[in-house]
Amino acid sequence: MGKTTEMKDHHEPTDRSADPGPSDSAPSDSGRRAFMGVAAGVTAAVVAPGVVLHSVTAAPRSEAVTSDVRWGLLIDTAKCVDGCSACVDACDRENGLNLQSKPASAPQEHWDDQKAVWIRKVKLQDNQTGRVTNLPLMCQHCEHPPCVDVCPTGASFKRADGIVMVDRHTCIGCRYCMMACPYKARSFIHEVMEDQLTRVPRGKGCVESCNLCVHRRDFGEESTACVDACREAGHEAIVFGDLKDPESNIRRHLAEMASRQIREDLSLNTGVRYSGI
Amino acid sequence: MAKAAVRAGLVAVGLAWVLIAQVVLAADAKTYVLEGSKAAALESCVEPTDVMRRKHMELIKHQRDETVHGGIRSSKHSLAGCVECHIRSDAEDVPQPIHHKEEFCGACHAFTAVNLNCFDCHASVPRGPGAERAAHAAFQAVGVDRSVQARPDGEDH
Ligand code: SF4
Ligand code: SF4
Repeated sequence: MGKTTEMKDHHEPTDRSADPGPSDSAPSDSGRRAFMGVAAGVTAAVVAPGVVLHSVTAAPRSEAVTSDVRWGLLIDTAKCVDGCSACVDACDRENGLNLQSKPASAPQEHWDDQKAVWIRKVKLQDNQTGRVTNLPLMCQHCEHPPCVDVCPTGASFKRADGIVMVDRHTCIGCRYCMMACPYKARSFIHEVMEDQLTRVPRGKGCVESCNLCVHRRDFGEESTACVDACREAGHEAIVFGDLKDPESNIRRHLAEMASRQIREDLSLNTGVRYSGI
Repeated sequence: MAKAAVRAGLVAVGLAWVLIAQVVLAADAKTYVLEGSKAAALESCVEPTDVMRRKHMELIKHQRDETVHGGIRSSKHSLAGCVECHIRSDAEDVPQPIHHKEEFCGACHAFTAVNLNCFDCHASVPRGPGAERAAHAAFQAVGVDRSVQARPDGEDH
């Protein structure tokens, strides 16, 4: 791979060569994983080469994220249930989206279109066979994100660990990124907000989208709100993990089951993969 | 002799006057740290007071880039940490939004007529599970004992 741990340039959002993605199958070495334990802000002890013990309480991250990891999701559409909205509801609560309120003057159907959502449940039907597929659609965390390419201010960016997000401090609300995203993943905040959560700032005039629960990443937690909710609902349709670690749960699943990117014709190398479509 | 005594007396009066003037000045020098906030119980902020007064905006602005782009959350310069420590609750234990005119940020910004935009997006009171994590990190970074601290709103535990 020719990459070393001192690659910490997090202001390099579209470095095409640096991010091999899930197809990269180079064997990891114990040194790299030991580093990752530290980099993830997790109290860790190396007991033997390649074996890292994680303690339960995680510390906040103190080193900048690196491209040694790339976070992603694998969604098994066969397990995703029609009518279930556990992941959407959990995302709303986790990220304070449930705190939005409809302006008195807005008609309900406008509000349903305009309020910010990070995950949408999508139902696909094959008209020839009648087969119906359900899936949750969120930001696909593209390796080559069109939303980043078009942003005039650099506000839409890809973090070194593969998370695509908006830096609200520089977003001017032009919504170009919303037009560029092939997945309709982004939302605009139209109204003044008052009851934001401490962990998810949000204000009128900025664009936002799924950030793979970035606060959880930075405080060293294991999964995302949608993954937890799906498991608690008994479906286990979503797997979260590091696409660059051949030993990770998500890579093991990817190695076993057929999976696809949505709109793979666009060659965006998405970080969110689907099986059964 | 008498002259010397008068001179000594005058010097004494002068000294006393200077001392009194200083005490009065000190009582007059306005502090915006509010009674009842965690900050009131601490000797100084995450940096010396004069540094905080002049440079808090630079510290926060630098930190925001480190946090948004680098994911660093262990800093003592986080805005969430400011809010957690400087927030004050009213008689009914309701935390008061920190940018309101009578509160820590709002009072000084109103006095200096400097527009305050942080809380257009950021939570103006600690809100939601884990809201105190940034402040914990700040306390740890400056080595202050967390045991003297308590959640102002008693929520989320
Ligand atoms: S799915 Fe859309 S918002 Fe997410 S990275 Fe790709 S283009 Fe950007
Ligand atoms: S809305 Fe914000 S993030 Fe999107 S393209 Fe415009 S400035 Fe960039």
